[in-house]
Amino acid sequence: MATFKEFRNNIKPNWCPGCGDFSIQAAIQRAAAAVGLEPENLAVISGIGCSGRISGYINAYGLHGIHGRALPIAQGVKLANRDLTVIASGGDGDGFAIGMGHTVHAIRRNINITYIVMDNQIYGLTKGQTSPRSGEGFKTKSTPEGSVESTLSPLEIALASGATFVAQSFSSDLKQLTSLIEQGIQHEGFSLINVFSPCVTFNKVNTYDWFKENIINLDTVPDYDSSNRAMAMSKLMETGSMITGLIYQNKEKKSYENMVHGFKEEPLAQQSLALDKSEFDKLVAEFV
Amino acid sequence: MISQLSWKIGGQQGEGVESTDRIFSTALNRLGYYLYGYRHFSSRIKGGHTNNKIRISTKPIRAISDDLDILVAFDQESIDFNSHELRSGGVIVADAKFGPVVPEGVDAKLFAVPITSIAEELGTSLMKNMVASGASWALLGLPLEVFNKAVEEEFGRKGPAIVEKNIEAVKRGADYVLELAGGPIEGLKLEPADGKQKLFMIGNDAIGLGSVAAGCRIMSAYPITPASEIMEYLIKKLPKFGGTVVQTEDEIAAITMAIGASYAGVRTMTASAGPGLSLMMEAIGLAGMTEIPVVIVDTQRGGPSTGLPTKQEQSDISALIYGTHGEIPKIVLAPSSIEECFYDTIQAFNLAEKYQVPVILATDLQLSLGKQSCETLDFDKIQIDRGYMVKDIPDREDSSMFNRYAFTENGISPRVLPGEKNGIHHVTGVEHDESGRPSESPVNRKKMMDKRFRKLAKLDVENPIHLHAPHPEPDLLIVGMGSTGGTIDQARLRLNGEGITSNHMTVRLLHPFPVEEVREQMEKAKKIVVLENNATGQLANLIKMNVGHHDKIVNVLKYDGNPFLPSEVFERCKNAAGNLTQEELVKNGNL
Repeated sequence: MATFKEFRNNIKPNWCPGCGDFSIQAAIQRAAAAVGLEPENLAVISGIGCSGRISGYINAYGLHGIHGRALPIAQGVKLANRDLTVIASGGDGDGFAIGMGHTVHAIRRNINITYIVMDNQIYGLTKGQTSPRSGEGFKTKSTPEGSVESTLSPLEIALASGATFVAQSFSSDLKQLTSLIEQGIQHEGFSLINVFSPCVTFNKVNTYDWFKENIINLDTVPDYDSSNRAMAMSKLMETGSMITGLIYQNKEKKSYENMVHGFKEEPLAQQSLALDKSEFDKLVAEFV
Repeated sequence: MISQLSWKIGGQQGEGVESTDRIFSTALNRLGYYLYGYRHFSSRIKGGHTNNKIRISTKPIRAISDDLDILVAFDQESIDFNSHELRSGGVIVADAKFGPVVPEGVDAKLFAVPITSIAEELGTSLMKNMVASGASWALLGLPLEVFNKAVEEEFGRKGPAIVEKNIEAVKRGADYVLELAGGPIEGLKLEPADGKQKLFMIGNDAIGLGSVAAGCRIMSAYPITPASEIMEYLIKKLPKFGGTVVQTEDEIAAITMAIGASYAGVRTMTASAGPGLSLMMEAIGLAGMTEIPVVIVDTQRGGPSTGLPTKQEQSDISALIYGTHGEIPKIVLAPSSIEECFYDTIQAFNLAEKYQVPVILATDLQLSLGKQSCETLDFDKIQIDRGYMVKDIPDREDSSMFNRYAFTENGISPRVLPGEKNGIHHVTGVEHDESGRPSESPVNRKKMMDKRFRKLAKLDVENPIHLHAPHPEPDLLIVGMGSTGGTIDQARLRLNGEGITSNHMTVRLLHPFPVEEVREQMEKAKKIVVLENNATGQLANLIKMNVGHHDKIVNVLKYDGNPFLPSEVFERCKNAAGNLTQEELVKNGNL
C-alpha cells in the first residue's frame, strides 16, 4: 500500500511561501494514502488559477484543463473508468464564477467524485481582482472603491442543489482537512469540500488570523446533526457560512453511476469496443 | 407508368404531418423504392405551417425535385403555400373539412376527402394521418397489403384493436379517393421497384449507428436543432453496451466531459450545431494541445447567432477550421451521403485516436435530417484502430514521469490511460515538455509545436475528395460538399443536354485541405463553380487560399435557408459557363 510520500513528485510548486494551498496538497496526499490508494488509481483534475496547478504537484494521473471546467472533465474521467478515484480541484473563481454552472449541475448529477475548492476569496494568479467569494466592500484592483456585489454562499447553493456531501475546512487544520477528504473520497456520490486557503500576497483581510478568530468548528457544536439538511442550512445562514467540519451528508442517495439505466459496473475503459455481427444486424434492421 | 414522382404533405405543426410521412414512406421503402425526403419546419412545437416532401424513384436519387406531383393538404394554407410547385395536371388531396379551393392559375386536380370526418367516425381525429396516407397510396395504384403490414408494425405494440382501426382508416381513405378519381391515376402509377432491401434513415441516425459501431460508449451533449436526434438515438442504444448519454448543462460541459472520458480511455463524442460549436472552441483547443482524441459532430444550420435554426446552411466551414484560438492540428471531415455519415463517423473515431487530435464531422441540416434511402451498411467495413497506446510499462530506476509527449519522428507519442502503473505523466493545456510538465522554454516550445503539427503531415485519409470526372477538359468543374451532391448531379445532366461538359468534385476532407487532389482537377477545367449554402463563399475561399486559380472560380451561393433546387443549379452553372466574369455575372443578376 502506498504511503503519502509516494503521492509526492519532484516538482516544486510555484505558490507563494505561506500560501494555504500547500496544506491542501499535503492533505490530499495523506488522505489518498489513508484510504489505501495507489498513485496510478488516482486522477486529480484541476482548473486554472494558482490552485489549478495542484494536479501537477501530486504523483497521480492528472489533467490541468481550462478555466472553470475541471468538473465536467472530472465527471467524464469517472464515467470512463469508475475504478479510478477522481478528485477535482480549483479555486473559488474557477468553481464559483466561471464554472458555477458546472458546479451546480455536478452536484445535481451526483457522480462519485470529490471536489476540493481552494477558496482564497480573491483572484491570485491574475494579481488581485475580486472573486464571488470576496466580502462586500472588499477593495481589489477591479473594485478599488470596494465590492458592491453580494458574497456568494456556495455551500447554501450546494444544499439547495441536492448535494449529498458538503464540508468545509481551513488549510491550517491539516488533521480535519485530511479527515474530510478521506470521508469525501469514501462517500458514494459527489462530495464538495470548500477549504479556506488564505492568499498571503493579495488578500490582507481574510488572513490566517482572521479565519482563526472567525470560524466555528462543528465538532465543538453540541447536538449538531450532519444528516439534517435543514439544520445544515440554518447553521450556514446563521454563521455566514463560517463553519468547518462535515456540514451535511446524505448516505441514502446512490451515485449517478449506480442509478443511471444500464451503466456498467466494470470500467467502460476496459471493455471491448467491437460489436457482434448479430448486434449490428439488429441495429440496422430498425431502419428497414 | 412513371419511374419517379414527388409527394408532399402540409399542415400545422403537430397535426400529424410527420407521422403521415413516416408511415407512407416506410411502406414505399419496403417495396424497394429510392426515397429522398425534405422537411420544412419551424422552430416551435405546435402551430405554424410545416411540410414534408419526398421524392420517390425506381433509381437512386439524392436530391429534392423542382416540382411536385401530389400535394396532401390538411389546411388551405398548405395549398396556398405549396401549390405553385405542382406540375401541370398535378393532384391535390385535401381534407374536405376546410372546404379546399385550388388557387387561381394552378392547374391541378383536387380531391376533397373527408379526412377528419373519417378519422373521427373511427374514434379519433388522430387517425387523420392514416386516412391521408391511405388516399395517397391508392392514387399511386400500389398494393394495400404492403401498407397494412407497415401499419401493423407501427401500432402492433398497442394491440390488435388499434391496428385494425388504423387499417380501416387507411382503407376508408383509399376507397374514398378511388371513387372520386375513378381508380388510380394513370399519370401517377409508379413502375414497380427492384424490391431490394434498403435502409431508410436520416444522417443523424447513420451517425448514431456509426458511433455505436465505432465503440463509442459515452456521449455528452446538449440539445440543439438539428443535432438532437443523435443523442436521442444513442440514449436508446448505449445503455445496452454499458454506456450512457449525459445531457449536460451546456455545450462547454458536453465537450469537456467528452475530453475527460476520452482521456480516461473511452471513445466519446459530442454533437451540436453552430451555437454549440462556438461555445466548444476553447475546449477543442485543449484537446489539440493535450493530444486527447475527441469526435465532435457539427450539424450545420442557418447562422449567425440563432440564425435560421431549422434551415439549411453550410456556413460553419471557416469557424470549424480556424475557430480555436492559437494553432492546433485538427481534422474536419464532411460526409456527403447517408452511407458516408455512417462510415465517416467510424473513421472519425479512428483518426482521432490514431493522430490524437480532435476530429470534427461536419454535416448540414439537409444531410442530418433529410430522410433517405441508404444502401445496406457493410459490417465487414467496420474497423477499429485505437492508435499508439502502451500498456505494461516497465519500472524506471529514477522517479521520472512517463513521456506521454515524447518527440517522435511522426509526432505521434505513446498514449497511456489512467490506472496504468508506471504511466503517470502530466496533462496540461499550458505548453509542456515530453512528460507534460509546464515549460516556457523557447526551444521546447518550437519542438513541441512542430511535433504536434508533424502528426498531420502524413495524414492518411482515403478519398479526401469524391470525383465524377468523365471529361478530360470540362467546361466546368462543379465543386460542392455535404448534401448538395445529388442536386449537382441532376443539374449536370441538363448541362450536358445544352452541350456544357462538367466534372463534379465533392470535398470530403475540409482540413487539412487536400491540395494536390483538388489542384489536379482544377487545372483541367476551363471554369470552376464552387457551390455552397452560405453568403461569403467559405469553401471557395478555402480553395483559393490553398490552391489558387482565383480567376477561374465562380461562386454559386444560396443562403435563404432552403437547399438548392436542380433547376437553380442548372441555370446558375449555365450562366457561369459563359464568358462573363464573376463581377459581371453578379451585376447582371445571373448568379
